[in-house]
Amino acid sequence: MKLGFTPTQEAFRRDAAAWLEAQLSGAFSDLRGVTGQMALLERRIEWEQALGRERFSAIGWPEQFGGRDATLGEQVIFAEEYARAGAPGRVGHMGIELAGPTLLAFGTDAQKQRFLLPIARGEEFWCQGYSEPNAGSDLANVRTHAALVDTPTGPRWQVNGQKIWTSLATFAHWAFVVCRTEPGTQGHKGLSYLLVPTQQPGVTIRPIRQMNGEAEFNETFFADALTDADNIVGAPGGGWAVAMGTLAFERGVSTLAQQMSFRNELDRLVAAAKANGAARDPGLRLRLADAYSGLRIMRYSALRMLSQTDGGELSGAAFTYKIYWATWRKKLGELIMDVLGPEGEIARGLPYEWAELQGVFFSSRSDTIYGGTNQIQRNLIAERALGLPREPRG
Amino acid sequence: MQFVFTEEQILIRDTAREFCNEHATSARVRAALAAPGGYEPALWSELLTMGWAGIAVPEAYGGSGLGWVELCLLQAEQGRRLVPSPFFATAALAAPLWLQVATAAQQAEWLPALVSGAHQFACAVTGAGGQPGATGLTATLTPHRAGGYRLTGAANYVIHGQTADSLLVAARAPGSTGDAGLSLVRVPADARGVTRTAQVMLDLTRPMSRVEFHAVDLPAEQVLGTAEAAGPALATVLQLARIALAAECVGGAEYVLEMTTDYARQRVQFGRPIGSFQAVKHRLADMMVAVEAAKSAAWYAACVAAESPAELPEAAAIAKSNCSDAFFNCAANGIQLHGGIGYTWDHDAHLYFKRARAAATLLGSPAWQREQLATLMGLGASAAPPVY
Repeated sequence: MKLGFTPTQEAFRRDAAAWLEAQLSGAFSDLRGVTGQMALLERRIEWEQALGRERFSAIGWPEQFGGRDATLGEQVIFAEEYARAGAPGRVGHMGIELAGPTLLAFGTDAQKQRFLLPIARGEEFWCQGYSEPNAGSDLANVRTHAALVDTPTGPRWQVNGQKIWTSLATFAHWAFVVCRTEPGTQGHKGLSYLLVPTQQPGVTIRPIRQMNGEAEFNETFFADALTDADNIVGAPGGGWAVAMGTLAFERGVSTLAQQMSFRNELDRLVAAAKANGAARDPGLRLRLADAYSGLRIMRYSALRMLSQTDGGELSGAAFTYKIYWATWRKKLGELIMDVLGPEGEIARGLPYEWAELQGVFFSSRSDTIYGGTNQIQRNLIAERALGLPREPRG
Repeated sequence: MQFVFTEEQILIRDTAREFCNEHATSARVRAALAAPGGYEPALWSELLTMGWAGIAVPEAYGGSGLGWVELCLLQAEQGRRLVPSPFFATAALAAPLWLQVATAAQQAEWLPALVSGAHQFACAVTGAGGQPGATGLTATLTPHRAGGYRLTGAANYVIHGQTADSLLVAARAPGSTGDAGLSLVRVPADARGVTRTAQVMLDLTRPMSRVEFHAVDLPAEQVLGTAEAAGPALATVLQLARIALAAECVGGAEYVLEMTTDYARQRVQFGRPIGSFQAVKHRLADMMVAVEAAKSAAWYAACVAAESPAELPEAAAIAKSNCSDAFFNCAANGIQLHGGIGYTWDHDAHLYFKRARAAATLLGSPAWQREQLATLMGLGASAAPPVY
C-alpha cells in the first residue's frame, strides 16, 4: 500500500494546476465555483471544449480518441486539482463518464472512430435513455421498442416509446437507449442498446419540474425516431449486458469529481455553522464531524476501487459506493436544515428560488432514488456481493 | 499511489488468517478466557515465535522492521477470531512507546526482551477516571531524593496489567495540564507501593486492571527519554494504537458479517432461507456497507501512520470512530439475525458484541473522536465537549 505520488506525477500536477488556474482566473473566471446542472449552460459548453482542446476532458482515454492515456495516479491528481481550482461541474459527464467508456468497452472500431473524439472535444453531448414510466427499479421491464425498417438510405432502426428522467436531454445530440428489438420477449432478453440522435423530428423532449422548482430532468418521447442500422452497441438482443456495463462505469474516476462538489457543499455548510453559532452546539458539531468523516471515507473508498480496477470483478467497495454516498448526502441535506434553523426556511425569492445549501436538502432526496434506489442497491449487495438467495419474483 | 495490499502484505494476512482459524477456535478462545490472566500462554508463545510482537520493531532490536500496515493486518486477523493475547498491549502500545519516547540505549536494553516476550509490558496510559487523552492522566511524578522520582496516584483500564512484568506509566508533573509535564516511567510490577486489581470486564476477551501507585520510588533511569517531555510522543502513540484498534474492529465486523450471512443462507423458516427475505438481506447489506467504509478508513489510516504523519490525528479519529461504530452495528445485528440462539452464552455472537462495545470506549469514544475532528476542522470550541 502506498498513498504518495511519483515526481513525474507531481510534475503533471503542477502543469494541470497551472493550466486550470490560468483559465479560471482568465477566460473562464465567470465559471469558478459554478455547480448545478444547467446554470450558465452556453459558457459551460465552451468550457467543455476548452478542456477538450487541452486533452483534459477525458484524460484516461487513449490519445487517438482525445485523451492522454493517463495513469490512474494522474487521473486522481487531475480530479484533485480540478476541485482545488474550483472548476465548474461537468455538463458533458453523460458522454465522458457513461457513453464513452461503454463504447470503449463494447463498441466497434467504427463506432469508436465516429463518436469518441466529438465527446472528448465537447462537440457532441449525450443523455441516457434507460428509465421509463413502468421501468424504474425494474429496468428490464422496458417497453420502448425498435425495429429495422427499410428507408431510401438503407435499413435503419425505427424507435417508438417513452423514456423518463433523462437529465441534460435538452441540449444533447445523442441518447443511448435501451429498447426491445425482439417482439414478444420479456425481461433481460431481447433488449438492445441503440445510439439515437435526439435532434430529429421523431424525438420530443419535455422538461419535468422537480420538487426544488427546477427542471433538470425530462420526458423523452420517441415517435418513429430513426437511427442508422449500425448504431447498435453489442449484439441485437444483447443490450442488457451493455447497459449493466454502463452502470459499472458510474463507479469510476467520476466519483472523485463528484466528491469535489460534495466537498464544496460541506465547506459552505461549515462556514454557515461558524457564522450562526451552530458550530458550538455539541450535537451539531459531532454531526458536522461525521459528515466530514464520510466525505474522507468516500475518497479512501474511491482510491481503493480505482486501485483494484485491474481485477475485473467489482470489489466490495464498488458494490457499496452508491448507497454510501447517496445516504451520506441525504444526511448532509438534513444537517443543513438543522444548522440553518428558521432562517433556512425562507427562500431567496420568486418563484421558488433557493440558495445552494437548501438546494442540497431538496436534491439529495433524489440521490437515494436515481441510478438504483437504496432498496435496489441493498438487493444487489446482498445477492451479488454476499451471495444471499434471490427474492422470489413474479 | 496504489491503495491495495502488496503481495508480501497479502502473504502476511493469509498466513495469519490460516493460523488464527486453526488455533484460535471458539473452544480455545473460551478456555483462554477462563484461564488466569485471560489468555493462553502456549498460544501467545506461538505468536511470539512467529515474530508478531516485533512486527513493527526495527531489526536491530530483534523485530521484523515492518510497518503499521503490517501490524494492522495482524491486528485485524486476531480481531476476526477474538484472539485473547497480549499482542495489542505489547506490539501496538508498548513497542511504539519505547520507540517514540525512550533513548536509543533504553530501546537497546528493553526492546529485544519485548520482542521475544521475555519481559511483558503493560501500558498505564488511561487515567483512573477513564477519560481518554492527556487530560485524564492524574498520576503524578515528583522529584524525590537525589535524582530519583516518586510516583503517586492511579491508572485504570490497563490492558493485560495483571500479567505484565513492567508497567509503562504516564504521569504528570504536579500542577501541569494537557500534554505538558508528562513523563513515561517504567515501573516493575512488583515494585513496593504498586497494587494491581484485576477488573471483571464487560469484554471478556480483553482483561484490564486498575493500578494504584502508593508513593512508588523510582531511580531516574526508569524515566523513558526525558522527564516531563513525553506528551507529544505519547499523543502520537495513542493515535497509532487507535488505528490498530480500528483494524481490529474491521476484522471483528467482517467476521460477524460472514458468520451471520452464512447463518441466513442456511436457516430455513416459512419454507425458505431467511436470507431470501428482504427484511433480513437488507440488514446484511447495510452491515456490508458499514464494513467496507470501515475498511477504507482503517487501511487509509494505517498507510498514513506509515507515510504521512501530518494526517495522523485526522485519519486516526476517522478510523477509530467509524470502525468501532461499524463493528458495534454488525455485532448487534449479528445477535438480532441469529434470533434466540444469538442471545445465548454458548453462541459467540455476544463475545463480538461485548468486544465491539468495549472497543468503542477504549482510547476515546466515537463522540470523543468526532469532537477531535470538529476541532481539526476549525469549528472552534464546543459549548460542551464529550467527557469520554
